[in-house]
Amino acid sequence: MTLLDLVDIGKSYGAVQALSHVSFSIAPGEIVGLMGDNGAGKSTLVKIIAGVFRQSEGMMRFADREVHFHHPIDARNAGIEVVHQDLALADNLNAAANIFLGRELHRQVGPLRLLDHRAMERRSAELFRELKSETRPAELVRRMSGGQRQAVAIARTRLADAKLILMDEPTAAISVRQIAEVLALIGRLRDQGIAVILISHRMPDVFEICDRVIVLRRGRLVADKPVVKSSPQEVTGLITGALEAA
Amino acid sequence: MSDFANINRVPWHSRGFLATQTAYVCLALLLLVIIISFVAPAFLTFGNLSNVLTDFSYIGIVSLGSTIVIITGGIDLSVGSTMGLSAIITALLFQALGATGLASVPGAVMALSIIGGMLVGAGIGLCNGLLIARIGLTPFVTTLGMLSIVRGLCYAITGGQGVNISGADSNLFFRLTDGSLFGIPVPLIYLVLLGIFMAVMLHHTSRGRYVFAIGGNERAAELTGVPVTSIKAGVYVISGLSAAFAGILLAGWLGSVPANLADGYELRIIAASVIGGANLLGGVGGPLGAMVGAALIEVIRNGLVLAHVNTYWQDTFVGAIIIAAVFVDRLRSRRLGH
Repeated sequence: MTLLDLVDIGKSYGAVQALSHVSFSIAPGEIVGLMGDNGAGKSTLVKIIAGVFRQSEGMMRFADREVHFHHPIDARNAGIEVVHQDLALADNLNAAANIFLGRELHRQVGPLRLLDHRAMERRSAELFRELKSETRPAELVRRMSGGQRQAVAIARTRLADAKLILMDEPTAAISVRQIAEVLALIGRLRDQGIAVILISHRMPDVFEICDRVIVLRRGRLVADKPVVKSSPQEVTGLITGALEAA
Repeated sequence: MSDFANINRVPWHSRGFLATQTAYVCLALLLLVIIISFVAPAFLTFGNLSNVLTDFSYIGIVSLGSTIVIITGGIDLSVGSTMGLSAIITALLFQALGATGLASVPGAVMALSIIGGMLVGAGIGLCNGLLIARIGLTPFVTTLGMLSIVRGLCYAITGGQGVNISGADSNLFFRLTDGSLFGIPVPLIYLVLLGIFMAVMLHHTSRGRYVFAIGGNERAAELTGVPVTSIKAGVYVISGLSAAFAGILLAGWLGSVPANLADGYELRIIAASVIGGANLLGGVGGPLGAMVGAALIEVIRNGLVLAHVNTYWQDTFVGAIIIAAVFVDRLRSRRLGH
């Protein structure tokens, strides 16, 4: 059974061919590492899946239906959530406000539909507990550590019933101890049957948590194999071009 | 699993309301009132307080609207001109409609004149909003241009002459704009009601939260599905409406509208927002701050008059207070490690 199915995806910006003929599929609950050098097309691919860009060529199927996303909201409604590299948090708001941004809970007070602060904080606290993260819903994001911010961004994806979560460099800007924490968070997503595409530069992360590794080089897919059948050396060779394909 | 033993709760004096610039300015206002009432006992007389409260209400009302714009990271320099043009249109409508059959219907002339003036404010705000949110022009330059366009219209329409408000409904209009209720000047009542309304809208509705989100991280707001363009355009309409309302109240106080009504007020209005804690970088501010900031400016101006300081010094003092307010805020946020 496949959750996401990409067939011959291509994307060009004017004369630049950012992606060509990328095809792969992902099963529910699978964690796939997406690797490649800067400019290899990782971000472009993720943005296409997330509905930020539209592909120039090819076809995308999600949950056995062909999909055309015109806006990130379309992807979100289909069950695809994104944790952006810069986390896309408003740091003047608290954790609960960020988690519910764009989908606030309300309560009816006479003729007014007002924010239900208490319900949002309670639900946020539950999400943090599920993620086993020590983050307070009422804390301002500005005052948080990198790991806590990551937890807020991940908790946001758990609001809706997401089937696939795209994570763009979640471990790039945080401390060693927090990396372990974020990887544990990803593991908990798998336990709940959620598929994850993990974009990372960090070889150890991919080999620790991922089931499969996909390597892009210059907009082309050069490898797609289980991590147990690969090695950091091989992947490094594939990224740099020392190895043609695997 | 993880123990964050090194993360404690922030101490009570540096979180919540007490940690905001607004709290500091409230304290400054209180001290100032105490000092002035000792230096100039006339300050606390009923007549003087009533004057100060009326004066500050006009600035305060517009400052509420301008604060919302500032929270999104924008600025509206056209508010003073908008006050002028809205008041002029209201006064002209009074004259024009008063001569028609509508004059026999009680309140009709006044209602239509006020609606006309408010529509002018909303229209100016909508022009600003569309140019800034849809086309992407910078708020500073757009509203600077609008300041000049609208003030030019004020002079062109009136030929530089003042416009009298007289005829049908004018007494009712003066009671509603310049009367008092239980001894409280009505502009102050409008200000407080609008302030409460704005506090509810900003802190307890989705749209209010989006205003803060856009000021904090516009791209994040966009990615999470916040209707950024309509919210950004909307805040300028609110700002225009608040300016129109204050302009019409000011017209009622004066009884006639000079072509230069509220000329230069934009600086006092923006100063009030900023002193009250609105950050021009966006994301921070609130109605209480706008009101307290406006009050602080007015109390200082009044205190200087009562202390027989030459009025030419007023602007210098207000300017110094603006810089002092942002300076204190900067020191404080550095200490908290923002």
